[in-house]
Amino acid sequence: MTRLSMKSLKSVAAAAAAMLLVTGPVALHAEGRSPEYAAARAAGQVGEQQDGYLGVVGNQPASVVAMVRDINNKRRAVYTEGATASKSTVQEYATATACRLLADTKPGEKYQAPDGSWQTRGASMPPRPSGCK
Amino acid sequence: MTVCELTGGVPAARNPAESGRGTIVVQQEVGRSGRRAVRAVLKHAPMLVTAGAIGMLGGCVNVAAPDKPIVIELNINIRQEVFYRLDAQAAKTIEENKDIF
Repeated sequence: MTRLSMKSLKSVAAAAAAMLLVTGPVALHAEGRSPEYAAARAAGQVGEQQDGYLGVVGNQPASVVAMVRDINNKRRAVYTEGATASKSTVQEYATATACRLLADTKPGEKYQAPDGSWQTRGASMPPRPSGCK
Repeated sequence: MTVCELTGGVPAARNPAESGRGTIVVQQEVGRSGRRAVRAVLKHAPMLVTAGAIGMLGGCVNVAAPDKPIVIELNINIRQEVFYRLDAQAAKTIEENKDIF
């Protein structure tokens, strides 16, 4: 019973957080992101690629480029870890994650289309690698 | 007279599952009663007529082998299987590393 009510409380909280995210400028979702990363995402300086890595959109300051490189190195590390645990390749694991990362982009954020062009996420699901769940 | 390699000169219903049964029934019933045998023959008459018609027409069913090799695309299915398997774990990876996703 207690667990159930906790669960519903959680979902209510999640719904409230989602509403805040849409209406307010403060992105609760990005609690783990550094302010620089969150700002770069919001400004469309960086975007999600089809391969599970972050991309720099156009010409950006060196600080942004360096941050993206750092994030991608960390991503590669967790992909390698996940690939080993799931007996898949790093590329497969990265792409499986890209399926989710692209789906999780918020309207207004940038993503790279399969043709390499940078697009702004709208209301609909962005194109993803073939075979995504 | 044309000679057909594949099905020429052979009635279509030569397949034992179809005509074999009919013949056997007729043979068995001849021994018992003529009328029943006739009825049995009549019962299978449409089939026999059809078979005969096909035989008379001498219809050649030409089955041409494709000139190009048959290619079956399996890559997409394999990818899909892999991504389905990895999806839950990928979600966990994102959840546990919110700072970089």
